[in-house]
Amino acid sequence: MIPGAFEYVRPGTVEEAVAALVEHGDDAKLIAGGHSLLPLMKLRLAMPAVLVDISRIPDLSYVRVEGDEVAIGAGTRHFELEKDDVARAEVPILPYAASQVGDPQVRHRGTLGGTVAHSDPASDLPTALLALGGSVVVQGPGGRRSIPMTEFWLGFYETALAEDEVVVEVRVPRTGSAGWAYEKFTRRANDWPIVAVAAVEGRVALANMAGAVVRATATEEALARGASIAEAAGLADEGTSPSSDMHADPEYRRHLARLLTRRALEKASGAGAAAA
Amino acid sequence: MSILGTRVVRTEDPLFLTRGATYTDDLVDDRLTGALHVTFVRSQVAHGRLLSVDTSAAREAPGVVAVYTAEDCADLAPIPAGLPMVPPAMQRPWLAQGKVRFVGDIVAVVLTEERYQGEDAAELVSVDIDPLPAVVTTADAAAGEVLLFEDAGTNVMATFGEPAPADFFSGCEVVVEQRMVNQRVAPVPLETRAAAAAWGDDGRVTIWCTNQGAQQAKGEIAGWLGMDPARVHLITPDVGGGFGAKIGADPEYAFTAWLAQRAGRPVRWTENRSENLVGMLHGRGQDQTVRIGGRRDGTIEAYSIAVDQDGGAYPRVGIILPTLTMLMAAATYAFPKVHAHGRALATNTTSIGAYRGAGRPEATAAVERAIDLFAAEIGMDPAEVRRKNLVPSFSEPHTTPSGATYDSGEYTAALEKALEAAGYDELRAEQARRRERGEARQLGIGLSTYVEITGADTGLGSAESAELEVHADGTATVLTGTSPHGQGHATAWAMLASDQTGIPVEKITVLHGDTDRIPRGGGTMGSRSLQQGGAAVHQAAVELVALAKQRAAERLEVDAADLELDLAGAGLAVRGTPGAGVTLAELAADEPLLVQTRFEAAAPTFPFGAHVAVVEVDVESGKAELQRLVAVDDAGTIVNPLLAEGQRHGGYAQGVAQALLEEVLYDADGNPQTSTLADYPFVSATELPSFELVDMATPTPINPLGAKGIGEAGTIGSTPAVHNAVIDAVAHLGVRHIDMPTTPMKVWRAIQQAQQGGSNA
Amino acid sequence: MKVSMTVNGQQHTDDVEPRLLLAHYLRDVLGLKATNIGCDTTSCGACTVIVDGLSVKSCTVLAAQADGSQVTTLEGLAGPDGELHPMQKAFREEHGLQCGFCTPGMVMAAIGVLADNPDPSDREVREGLEGNLCRCTGYHNIVRAVRSAAQAGPAAGQVPQDQEVAR
Ligand SMILES: Cc1cc2nc3c(=O)[nH]c(=O)nc-3n(C[C@H](O)[C@H](O)[C@H](O)COP(=O)(O)OP(=O)(O)OC[C@H]3O[C@@H](n4cnc5c(N)ncnc54)[C@H](O)[C@@H]3O)c2cc1C
Ligand code: FES
Ligand code: FES
Repeated sequence: MIPGAFEYVRPGTVEEAVAALVEHGDDAKLIAGGHSLLPLMKLRLAMPAVLVDISRIPDLSYVRVEGDEVAIGAGTRHFELEKDDVARAEVPILPYAASQVGDPQVRHRGTLGGTVAHSDPASDLPTALLALGGSVVVQGPGGRRSIPMTEFWLGFYETALAEDEVVVEVRVPRTGSAGWAYEKFTRRANDWPIVAVAAVEGRVALANMAGAVVRATATEEALARGASIAEAAGLADEGTSPSSDMHADPEYRRHLARLLTRRALEKASGAGAAAA
Repeated sequence: MSILGTRVVRTEDPLFLTRGATYTDDLVDDRLTGALHVTFVRSQVAHGRLLSVDTSAAREAPGVVAVYTAEDCADLAPIPAGLPMVPPAMQRPWLAQGKVRFVGDIVAVVLTEERYQGEDAAELVSVDIDPLPAVVTTADAAAGEVLLFEDAGTNVMATFGEPAPADFFSGCEVVVEQRMVNQRVAPVPLETRAAAAAWGDDGRVTIWCTNQGAQQAKGEIAGWLGMDPARVHLITPDVGGGFGAKIGADPEYAFTAWLAQRAGRPVRWTENRSENLVGMLHGRGQDQTVRIGGRRDGTIEAYSIAVDQDGGAYPRVGIILPTLTMLMAAATYAFPKVHAHGRALATNTTSIGAYRGAGRPEATAAVERAIDLFAAEIGMDPAEVRRKNLVPSFSEPHTTPSGATYDSGEYTAALEKALEAAGYDELRAEQARRRERGEARQLGIGLSTYVEITGADTGLGSAESAELEVHADGTATVLTGTSPHGQGHATAWAMLASDQTGIPVEKITVLHGDTDRIPRGGGTMGSRSLQQGGAAVHQAAVELVALAKQRAAERLEVDAADLELDLAGAGLAVRGTPGAGVTLAELAADEPLLVQTRFEAAAPTFPFGAHVAVVEVDVESGKAELQRLVAVDDAGTIVNPLLAEGQRHGGYAQGVAQALLEEVLYDADGNPQTSTLADYPFVSATELPSFELVDMATPTPINPLGAKGIGEAGTIGSTPAVHNAVIDAVAHLGVRHIDMPTTPMKVWRAIQQAQQGGSNA
Repeated sequence: MKVSMTVNGQQHTDDVEPRLLLAHYLRDVLGLKATNIGCDTTSCGACTVIVDGLSVKSCTVLAAQADGSQVTTLEGLAGPDGELHPMQKAFREEHGLQCGFCTPGMVMAAIGVLADNPDPSDREVREGLEGNLCRCTGYHNIVRAVRSAAQAGPAAGQVPQDQEVAR
């Protein structure tokens, strides 16, 4: 299968990319790694008239410490994040979540900005990011603004990003040696999660339990008031609206959310807080 | 020392590894210059009245040369049901007419100059369908409220036998009954279907297609098109896997010939995966009811199986699968009474065909589950129940109550070898420990013993042809009627020829899959190749040496009896006279040195074995992971262990995949849910362990090689072992049965139900 | 639009449709038919090639996106004298291929696995190849081939074009 026809432009700066979005409006789509967009275009579920390729814009790929935060460029590819020493030391949940995305070839292409902007409720990195908190930095015709992580993902393929804005950076708090865990449940290792849970410093986020990635607020509140892990985890699916597909019906997804939350919290609280 | 039995690396590989094989879509051939691209427009509705097909917009699209609908191919007679037991009304129109019967039914075809233009134009064909209720399950089909073929008056495609008499189990202390699903799976050869066709000035058509048997496909295509077979030249280039789904021609292949004629230009077609997953034959698809009865001491006295085979929308080879399941119903056991019957039913789904094992895995899966259910019911170790009921060692033919005559078997030995290699007692001890501690990760141990039929005559005979020619430069050519697509015949057949002639393997070229050069051939399917095709090559080599001896005797003016084969020199030497002799190459320089022969197998062969699977099941999530697969597979004498092991490995993976992962799913309206590889859970490297192979070789008397088939055995043995292991892991929680595939959700739910007190199945 | 790239050490410039997939560019424009296409959904890995030192699925990269890149396909692995790359050699010796359809992509992905981890365990090889499907081999001999190639040293994780860059 092949994409429908389109025009291709390759801006050299974020400003030029924004200008292209302004010029073409609805018809245009950014392409970064292309590993969410091209599959959709091949199935003709997306047919943009203009593709704006931002993957060559310099200086969008970096991980650096800035005060209490770690700033990560939107162009950072999943494999770069996975291997990054700064990220491993400062926000270890992120490189681990990056290592769980798809397969090596996918991680060689996919970008952080792409997965953030795409807003698939089953995506790994947004789940980890949501548990971390922090913000998404976007740039539009009027310059840059910062959107809190908790306000960014609104629904299936729906974000707080305006049509003419580009995600340029993600900023998350440094968690250092604090306990964390990322529990991804799949049938095959390279699959998207049926359900996934990210836990760090008492914050818990869930993949694939609603139209977008969501925080397990009832669990977080229970933890805050000192409830046991078992009790808090038992509330993980509260307020979620899991969908049904061939892998899982809502009842099973709810069960998985509770189970994986319990396991994640146990791991995160464990001494040394190792990954999986 | 004979080269047979040694690990010769494949002669086909250097090319495959440097330039890649040449599959149908890779062909660069003068005859295909300027070929048009074929794109089929397929129904997106499972069942409905086809009201109209509007091609006007598509015709205007860039690069479009023609768009055809049913009206344009009125000259083509519908494809007949093909099998005598099927109601003749169940025929397939080339392009859907009046009705569509499955998602994937062809409604129009587009010819374009370029590949990319085809998809663009196909999108513009507008198809108006008035949906009808869809028949999705065999139960729907049997109810007969909605008919696929009104003229047939029934959804029953074929019936085989009668139900068991009511008193069949009378006298048994214990009778266990279970309905089970042997689910529909997709074969998914990595190369999708592809074909190309070009007409010559001589009025003959050359068809290239990816297929497991050129000669059979050619016959079918000529028949469907109403052509003299002599006018069809069919070539199978390299083939990227088949697994049964590339047996026989597909209508699309024949269509390319018609389209090329109609357009007056060569055409080519390569389907994409989404088209493949609805358009290519699926496999398995049986709903089974088994009953097993016997005594509390573990002796089984009677076994019955009833099969409802899902046939899909149009009859293909799948509808005869119940006959193979029924034939093999008695399996490895000495059950005194066995009863089997079945039928095939039409549903609004993709047609069912052969898939690795075709009918035999279904028999084995059923009986091996039945044994475990029986063992659970009487509280006996499943290994013990098997020991008590296996057919004792035999070297004279053994005929079963279901009518199969097995050639040779050592079933108990196979089971004991597998149990020992697996460390069965330690595994049970470890299982007990984990159960006692109530661990989240429980151990499951699953067994299977199997016997299957290979080289069966399914209507095309059980003979194979071979030609061997030695050339003056010392090289040789083998022509075979088998049709390798990964099995390594180029290497194995060269070994067989080399073994008799002394010509080195690297100097022997093996050709197949060209109906002009090799008019007769049975192809590669049903694990027949070595025992028939390989045996034919062996026979050709023996005959060639005999012929060479005669010629050499004349040339050297000695008595033929004084000549002996000089394997090292690939020639004939005069006994007792060092240096006197002649090489086969020298003889070939005088006059062509060539034999054509045909090997007729006296009977099929019955490979057997035993598998032990070890799984870990996370009882909190329901996820099962295969830890070990220990496999004894006895396929008689092995010509090349490297190749035979490769066949076993591939078979295991597919067998494991059926037990754990893979299933083609439809929704209630007949919409496929697994029509991409993102949705169809094709087993990957991460769900599999490295396998533990145990060797065992009991030669068959049926052919001079002593070889039985090995291509499908791995699949047949592994599925029930893994399936049983998953259930075994959660049996202590009250679970009795879980249908395949044992997905996490199904396993979790079975545990939930069992814990809530009810039996889960 | 115009795209230029170096494929197996050779420079190519062609005028292509923007939507042309790299896989089709390699196969249909350059005639390099080893790279296969086995799915529509970036699932099978049959199309894997190495772009600028990284394994990628060429069915999910536009030729336009590979503009200016170094691309290596199966055809670019063997030496000029026909000497097999250590990965090719290992696949042959361990019988890591049957029908051969997954093989070009599998070999390229396997080189990528060793580039990332020169001495992987069985499990690591399996995880490294999670994006490549094979229907024939059950992966058993593929895993053995990759591990045996690893014994050949760093060249097994490189394409000849990398070695040139390194030199
Ligand atoms: C086979 C396969 C398996 C996968 N498995 C997983 C998995 O297990 N878990 C998982 O989380 N993901 C998975 N993915 C998705 C993968 O992570 C994608 O790479 C990622 O979701 C998108 O990143 P991208 O750079 O490729 O985005 P693109 O495809 O280029 O773009 C995606 C969307 O985001 C927009 N966009 C891209 N960049 C920006 C930006 N900077 N600013 C604003 N908008 C932008 C695009 O317009 C488009 O709408 C898988 C993908 C594939 C093909
Ligand atoms: S063809 Fe590229 S991943 Fe399947
Ligand atoms: S060798 Fe056939 S798909 Fe891998």
